Amino acid sequence: MKCDNCNKTATVHLTEIKAGKKIEKHLCEACAAAAEGLPVKSHMPINELLTNFVMAHSGMAGKEPQTLQCDHCGMTWADFRQNGLLGCPNDYAAFERELTPLLQRAHDGATHHVGKQPARRGGTGLAVRRHVDVAKLRKELQKAVEGEDYERAAKLRDQIKQAEG
Amino acid sequence: MKLSDLTQHAGEWLRGSGPMSETVISSRIRLARNVAGFNFLTKCTRHQRQALEQKVRQVVLDADLAPQTLYVDLEQAPDVDRQLLVERHLISKPHAAAEGARGVAIGQDETVSIMVNEEDHLRVQVLRSGLQLTEAWEQISKIDDALEDKLDFAFHPRFGYLTACPTNVGTGIRVSVMLHLPALKLTGEIEKVFRAAKDLKLAVRGLYGEGTEATGDFYQISNQSTLGKAEDEIVEEFGRVVIPKIIDYEHHARKALVSEKAVALDDKVSRALGLLRNARLMATDETLLLLSHLRMGVHMGRVKDVDLRTINELFLLTQPAHLQKMQGKKLEGDVRRAARADFIRARLNGR
Ligand SMILES: [Zn+2]
Ligand SMILES: [Zn+2]
Repeated sequence: MKCDNCNKTATVHLTEIKAGKKIEKHLCEACAAAAEGLPVKSHMPINELLTNFVMAHSGMAGKEPQTLQCDHCGMTWADFRQNGLLGCPNDYAAFERELTPLLQRAHDGATHHVGKQPARRGGTGLAVRRHVDVAKLRKELQKAVEGEDYERAAKLRDQIKQAEG
Repeated sequence: MKLSDLTQHAGEWLRGSGPMSETVISSRIRLARNVAGFNFLTKCTRHQRQALEQKVRQVVLDADLAPQTLYVDLEQAPDVDRQLLVERHLISKPHAAAEGARGVAIGQDETVSIMVNEEDHLRVQVLRSGLQLTEAWEQISKIDDALEDKLDFAFHPRFGYLTACPTNVGTGIRVSVMLHLPALKLTGEIEKVFRAAKDLKLAVRGLYGEGTEATGDFYQISNQSTLGKAEDEIVEEFGRVVIPKIIDYEHHARKALVSEKAVALDDKVSRALGLLRNARLMATDETLLLLSHLRMGVHMGRVKDVDLRTINELFLLTQPAHLQKMQGKKLEGDVRRAARADFIRARLNGR
């Protein structure tokens, strides 16, 4: 099987559930590493991933969710289910699999963040380019051209180039 | 600026001057943020909670986010002051009632408020009069940038801004618009708005947010999902599609009332004005309802000798904590209701 992105052999097989639909992805090592934010990063075969997904949904995940605990703050899955509030940012990683179906219900099927991002990320001090909405810039560019505001159009063109570069 | 300076007038959001102000009272956007390296408040010790409050307080005051920022230490503040801030929509009810180190920073004519140690470490709010969601988003995003310059926020590439409650995760944004819909209420069509809002996955609440009944025909409509949609998309959808539709609907209902039930409408409005100008004891809820009918009457040109600013101020200044703060003493039961009625009579009879 070939990688979805390039012509190398796909070694990473991912199943993503987005808006209630199952999306399968087959990627080579390099493309998989480049793809950010995919929910599962492993070499597990697809059927095993699916089984895990089904078990998480039916509350029968590998580790019994009731005893699942965040090793940073001590919050347990059972506690969270009772009070509705998490204990620390790490809980999102600790309970990622259990939280996913819950998030989908709360957020109209969505599982991934879209929108603003901090310039520095969570204490790492790592600079990340601020999210620029290219589609929006293009719309504005079109408006500027239609309105014969060429000075603004030139500025917007530069901004788009920069965002895409 | 002192807290007592606030009691004399209404904040910017109640001036009744913004776009669409005949139906839209105010536009509000809030962002939930947490400081990386700290637990969420559920798992903070007393000491950590204090450290967090001091750290955030310092940043908020140093960052010069808004002109004339006032910081209120809510752990120290008396009950009536906390209640006053709730009435002015500057803090939430749970924030007023909570315990432990917490506070609020208020600035720029009360359009900006930053709650510290509410459900999340920071709850930033921008509140403006009329339909001004785009302006509110621009203002709050700049404040967010300024805060982020000094604080590392808990963020995850997949989940976005991390919040104590997973229903806020992602953008952490809550966009809400406070609507005055008396005609839809009178014509019995308000249920249709509720149903439409539900289909659009929007929440409808009363005047004072979560868990409050809609009093005086005021309804707060807000987004519920915070994941998978960019902030400006939500703002745009609200400001350009959802809210204008509801406004249209209310305007239709107002027109229908004039053409089909003019006498009944005038009777409602005149009774409201008559009671407000003459009654000697007034309860909070009754006041809200009567002011609501009067406000509708003024906007529809059925009442000419009362100005909107007076009505908008009365909505706020007749609330329990405001009355008590103005009189400088605790007022309860009939004494409070009498003070309220006196205050309304004086304002409406031009004294
Ligand atoms: Zn590849
Ligand atoms: Zn934790």
